[in-house]
Amino acid sequence: MSQKIQPLHPIEKRVLIAGYGEDKSWTIQHYEKNYKGYEAAKKAVSMPADDIIKTVKESGLRGLGGAGFPTGMKWSFIPKNPTKPVYLVCNADEGEPGTFKDRQIMEHCPHRLIEGMIAAAVAIGSKTGYIYVRGELRLAIKRLEDAINEAYAKNYLGQNIFGSGKAFDLTVHPGAGAYICGEETGLIESLEGDRGQPRLKPPFPAISGAFGGPTIVNNVATLAHVPGILLNGAEWFIKMGNGTNRGAGTTVWGVSGDVQKPGFFEVPVGTKLSTMLNEICGGPLPGRKFKACFPGGSSSPLLKAEEFDVPMDFDSLAAKGTMMGSCAIIVVDDSRSIPEICMRTARFYAHESCGQCVPCREGTKWTYKMLRRVCSGQGTKSDLKNVQSACDNMAGKTICVLSDACAMPVTSMLKKFPEEFEKLLIPESEFTPELPKVSGQLGSVLDAIRARQQS
Amino acid sequence: MASEKKYEFSPEVEKRFQWLLTRYPTKDAVLLPILHLVQDENKWLTPDSIEYVAKRMDLSPARVREVASFYTMFRLNQKGQYVLQVCHNISCYLRGSDGVIEHIKKRLNIKENEITPDGKFSLERVECLASCGTAPVLQVNGWDYHEELTIEKVDRIIDDLLKDKNAYPDYEKRISEGSVA
Repeated sequence: MSQKIQPLHPIEKRVLIAGYGEDKSWTIQHYEKNYKGYEAAKKAVSMPADDIIKTVKESGLRGLGGAGFPTGMKWSFIPKNPTKPVYLVCNADEGEPGTFKDRQIMEHCPHRLIEGMIAAAVAIGSKTGYIYVRGELRLAIKRLEDAINEAYAKNYLGQNIFGSGKAFDLTVHPGAGAYICGEETGLIESLEGDRGQPRLKPPFPAISGAFGGPTIVNNVATLAHVPGILLNGAEWFIKMGNGTNRGAGTTVWGVSGDVQKPGFFEVPVGTKLSTMLNEICGGPLPGRKFKACFPGGSSSPLLKAEEFDVPMDFDSLAAKGTMMGSCAIIVVDDSRSIPEICMRTARFYAHESCGQCVPCREGTKWTYKMLRRVCSGQGTKSDLKNVQSACDNMAGKTICVLSDACAMPVTSMLKKFPEEFEKLLIPESEFTPELPKVSGQLGSVLDAIRARQQS
Repeated sequence: MASEKKYEFSPEVEKRFQWLLTRYPTKDAVLLPILHLVQDENKWLTPDSIEYVAKRMDLSPARVREVASFYTMFRLNQKGQYVLQVCHNISCYLRGSDGVIEHIKKRLNIKENEITPDGKFSLERVECLASCGTAPVLQVNGWDYHEELTIEKVDRIIDDLLKDKNAYPDYEKRISEGSVA
């Protein structure tokens, strides 16, 4: 990653990415020497599983992959005496546009993730873990594999971890470029060697997931927080965040788009969005003003510039009608056209729809095509109405939330910037439908219609 | 062609395959990792390599193709020696990816999804590559990232690739230099 090492802003912290930029920060020697590496895992193997879950519950740690589900509670869903092997899977299929936080942890601090996984595995009684990394991130895959080998050599992984008699095996599993595999059941399908099409729930993965066994799927940043919590206690974690257990600790935010200093910044949960953009990221580009931003990746509803004065935690952002998502801020300034952004958002979801549910497979593509027509200056009022109708008819009506992820930002842009869309419209009377070019008899009929349109 | 050699795992891939089999409770789960290895070795998933993988995995070739065709990283057709993929998602668009794509099209005189006549390059648009803070980004052959692109930098990358230089650059070195990763 090419972000230059700059002096930290006073608000910035280094917990998840502590060691970033230091020489060989990805080696086990560096991690053990400077960051109390594997002390939390050593502690965890001798702790009763319930105590680990209790500490994580008290800390208020919530999933940082998008949904924000309380981690300790998720772990407690694993049946007490499972009949099948329990699996722990780390979701590192970072694909949400705007998100690049997990990559930093995996490339620069892979041992923190591995240590978190060991502790989590002890808590849920799992002997086998997988890290599902998106296939493009070869450096992350290499660093993780090297780190896992180092941990095996020290008996931190294997059949007898830390001499406790407990076993935990860890393997890196490369994905192959499908956004939908970031959805936990899609990820499990893909891990099992199938197309990554999400499964119907229930049963939830904690009851029946990978290879039929109870499975916990956690994001990279979530798992990488576990060592710190076990070592320093739940209080420490709560104090670091906004002081409540509703949004504790820190998160790494990825800021991209129209700001002076894009990049990733680790700050306490509850830091204000305006502070982040104006102070840490240096404000808008010269001569421009902020117009809006996606606060949690491209699937989160947009916030207008006047709404930027909001603390970035799960509840405050939810109160504003948006979400923290995968901690990815995409900033758009006043030189940009919202319909263009909207079209590109819809194009992404149209491309990534896995195709198993009709409302999503068709709805995302219709949305994209109609928005493309609006952007090219050929759209009419009924196009906007139909975009809204397509969004209303796909959100919440499919197996997974990909259709919602498309509908939410598109709806928010239509609602918050209606004038920008209306500016591009033409009257219904001037609309000429685009006729497809085909050969054969149908083609000659279409040619005749085209000729009549032009005369 | 009858004289063409049928695909088989190289000794390294064979070794890795045997190791992978020990890492999962089912054989099917090895499919994605092994397809990656075959593609790395073979440039793309040729029909005979798919048949060979199917045979080794105790699956039907249709099943292997079904899975491979779902994932954008797997290539079922021959492409250029260097596949240039430019992200056109929001963050990269805001930082000028359209200009990068237009420049490459002009420089190589090809359209998107085409191969240059010498078979050296092909150009594609792709979705988010998790490099938004260092946008715009270009990846070569599916995983070699070049970030914070400018037109000059794109030209330099293409010049290097034309000489088959820097094709698989040393990540560690580039990171320690603080340039790109």
